Amino acid sequence: MSNEIQSIVDRYDSDRTRLMDMLWDVQKQQGHISDKAQAQLAQALNMSSDDVSETLTFYHFFLNKSFGKHQVYLCNTVIAKMNGYHDVRKALEQEIGCSFNSVDDSGVIGLGDANCIGLSDQEPAMMVDDVVFTRLTPAKVKEIISQLRQGKSPEEIANPGAIANTELAYVEAIVDANLRTDSIVLFKPNRDYKAILQTCLDNYIPEEVIEMISDSNLKGRGGAGFPTGLKWQFGREAEGEEKYIICNADEGEPGTFKDRVLLSHSPKDVLLGMIAAAYAIGSRYGIIYLRAEYWYIKEFLQQQIEDFRDQGLLGKQILGKDFEFDIRIQMGAGAYVCGDETALIESCEGKRGTPRVKPPYPIQQGYLGMPTSVNNVETLACASRIIEKGAAWFSDMGTEDSTGTRLLSVSGDCEKPGIYEIEWGATLNEVMTMIGAVDPRYVQISGPAGDSLSVEQDGEREFCYSDLSCNGSLMVFDHTRDILEIVRDYSEFFVEESCGICVPCRAGGVDLMHKMERIIAGRGTEQDLEEITTWSNLLKGTSRCGLGTAAPNPILATMDKFPEIYAEKLVVQKGPLLPSFDMEEALSAHELAVKKLMKEEV
Amino acid sequence: MSIKLTIDGKEVHARSGENIIDVASQNGVYIPSLCYVKGKPCLGTCRTCSVKVNGRVMAACTMPVADGMEIEVNDDAEIVDMRKALVELLFSEGNHNCPSCEKSGRCELQATGYEVDMMVSRFPYRFTPRVVDHASKTVFLQRDRCIFCQRCVDMVRDERTGKKIFSIKGRGTHSSIEIDAELANDMTPQQVRYASDLCPVGCIIDKTQGYDDPIGQRKFEIKSIKDRALEKEHR
Ligand SMILES: Cc1cc2nc3c(=O)[nH]c(=O)nc-3n(C[C@H](O)[C@H](O)[C@H](O)COP(=O)(O)O)c2cc1C
Ligand code: SF4
Ligand code: SF4
Ligand code: SF4
Ligand code: FES
Repeated sequence: MSNEIQSIVDRYDSDRTRLMDMLWDVQKQQGHISDKAQAQLAQALNMSSDDVSETLTFYHFFLNKSFGKHQVYLCNTVIAKMNGYHDVRKALEQEIGCSFNSVDDSGVIGLGDANCIGLSDQEPAMMVDDVVFTRLTPAKVKEIISQLRQGKSPEEIANPGAIANTELAYVEAIVDANLRTDSIVLFKPNRDYKAILQTCLDNYIPEEVIEMISDSNLKGRGGAGFPTGLKWQFGREAEGEEKYIICNADEGEPGTFKDRVLLSHSPKDVLLGMIAAAYAIGSRYGIIYLRAEYWYIKEFLQQQIEDFRDQGLLGKQILGKDFEFDIRIQMGAGAYVCGDETALIESCEGKRGTPRVKPPYPIQQGYLGMPTSVNNVETLACASRIIEKGAAWFSDMGTEDSTGTRLLSVSGDCEKPGIYEIEWGATLNEVMTMIGAVDPRYVQISGPAGDSLSVEQDGEREFCYSDLSCNGSLMVFDHTRDILEIVRDYSEFFVEESCGICVPCRAGGVDLMHKMERIIAGRGTEQDLEEITTWSNLLKGTSRCGLGTAAPNPILATMDKFPEIYAEKLVVQKGPLLPSFDMEEALSAHELAVKKLMKEEV
Repeated sequence: MSIKLTIDGKEVHARSGENIIDVASQNGVYIPSLCYVKGKPCLGTCRTCSVKVNGRVMAACTMPVADGMEIEVNDDAEIVDMRKALVELLFSEGNHNCPSCEKSGRCELQATGYEVDMMVSRFPYRFTPRVVDHASKTVFLQRDRCIFCQRCVDMVRDERTGKKIFSIKGRGTHSSIEIDAELANDMTPQQVRYASDLCPVGCIIDKTQGYDDPIGQRKFEIKSIKDRALEKEHR
């Protein structure tokens, strides 16, 4: 076996569950993970090569063959498409000199697509290796590619001041934070973390910390809205030799980017939240699962962890108490479904991100089979504020059932896209005014997996768990936008991101996407709409995880909110042929064959 | 602990910890299933065992019974149709040509198609090209028929090293089952037979075995998949 591979395997004590890290290390070193490297990893880990490949081929950013010295991935969300994506795409092809999903002739640059990379407030944007470039124009693309060709590294281009990647200024040189509101709960500057933790550990036993979080009525900010105090209580009560805290920083839902800004501008809030969770539950190990799209925050975040270790807030005998806890960062590799807590845990164990069968839930049997509390970045940041200021302070804000605040990642048709902190209870109209939406018609909240709103009908509805329970993503579309095309794009997203393990989502998702295409092409009938409804119910009812159950949401919700745009597109069957039958397409193969044969005869 | 629940309105008793499929079959109610193997950890991939539990759709193989559960298997037209739709989806997603298939008459997908009264798939047939893998000496993979149930991936291992012989490649619609030819070459005839029998469809085919039983005397013709499930003989 090559020494390089052996030393990578040794770095992780030949621990098969660290396969994600090993694959990244091999790829960083060799540009891709060749069949040979896979075979060597497999041998060292007592796995079959195909088993290594099972993990590798699941993730978008792992490469099993060379894809250039540098990899460019252009984000292709609907928001990007509203901001000049198509021109940028053309410019990239022209400047690099190859089409998408291929490498230029010199083998220097590979060009590919990416789903949302967490930059919807500064699209069009692309990843180049470990950094990103935002607000792209054809001119900017030309400049970047020419510098790459001159041999500059992407870091040098994105960070001309050569700021160390452990500094916040490095992250700020690469992306904008776009913080639009003053702090209410989150983004509080100059907090004395040591004093806060000291006070907490001195005054409260773990059960009291849980009680405090329960009293604050903090609910999970990752989507499901599960009461955080209750989750921690289950975690405390669950039996296990070890217990784990996982911070879910996968942030894959298109349109959301608030976790990126929290991790760069209030990272220690998040770390402190994890420490509080660990103390409450009785855990010694924490993991931050950071999406690969955020590589450029990793070293900075790692530095924050080091700072806490130096201050005695992480490690053995934290602040002199009999309390031990430490955190590692686990990089993802490009898979939306890994945001699902059980898929995320599989990924942390070095496997493909297949959502697990539930029950059991992670809080009973999670990472390595042990009780695991998976919490969203924002949830943990809120928890750090609650242990500082008390439950009542927090629950006084917001509404009865939804206490505190909500971070909104705002993008689309508005004057001021970016991060907003609102108190729960704000109405949609209020938010529209705040963000400077001039002519909003349709708002997609919580990403494609969430709900579609008509500003006209839903304007007075409130953001709260019992009404608009938003996970933070808020995409605004004005009257010039083609809603059907947006919905089709979302259905394609779910097809691309389905893990493929269960039938309704894997197979049914494709059929739903085809229905949308048919309607847009003007070949849909009333019957197609009926079938969309029943097939959607099939996915919603029988899918194994939240991806499949949510996949039909944009279609169903827009059919409900904007029935007229569907009705306009429908046709009635005239004559014996089904409208869905495309005569030209059906005959095209024949025509092609004739042409080819004619040529051969000449 | 003994608990009480209802299946299609009929009260039944069960031991807690058992799953809904097993409890239903003990009580004479057949729930179709394509990935579940009794006694093995449940895979939860095919979803054809979907039933309603207190009004919510659940996969019966993944759900332990609990006191007071109200389970609908055949009483609810919507859930009956959902199971049928899932079977239809599998037929339209793959390429199934039963008359020429080695597994015909022994195939769980085909047999389940009969049980759910499927005539033709409501979903458009996709005719996706899938590549046959015949690299190993012992079996070939006829991927046209794979329903991606994961039985082979989870339950067949190299007897010496414990390595996976079958693995998944890719994700979503692009996923496929891969076979490690070298490990497969080392499979004993018994293990080959186990794997090809385990595969619910005609995807893992024993290279030494063809159309052994004459039509009319094949496994599910002698006794239906439903009767086998209810008699707990099946598998
Ligand atoms: C397909 C899918 C994607 C998800 N993505 C995320 C995500 O990116 N971030 C997140 O915090 N939760 C995500 N979730 C929800 C998590 O499973 C989990 O509920 C959450 O992390 C729990 O944290 P909380 O209680 O603090 O919200 C996702 C769920 C599904 C089904
Ligand atoms: S619903 Fe989709 S993503 Fe979730 S387990 Fe099934 S196939 Fe995978
Ligand atoms: S695998 Fe089953 S359903 Fe498919 S062709 Fe063979 S017999 Fe028919
Ligand atoms: S090869 Fe057979 S056992 Fe394996 S996943 Fe496909 S259908 Fe299931
Ligand atoms: S038998 Fe239950 S999901 Fe397949």
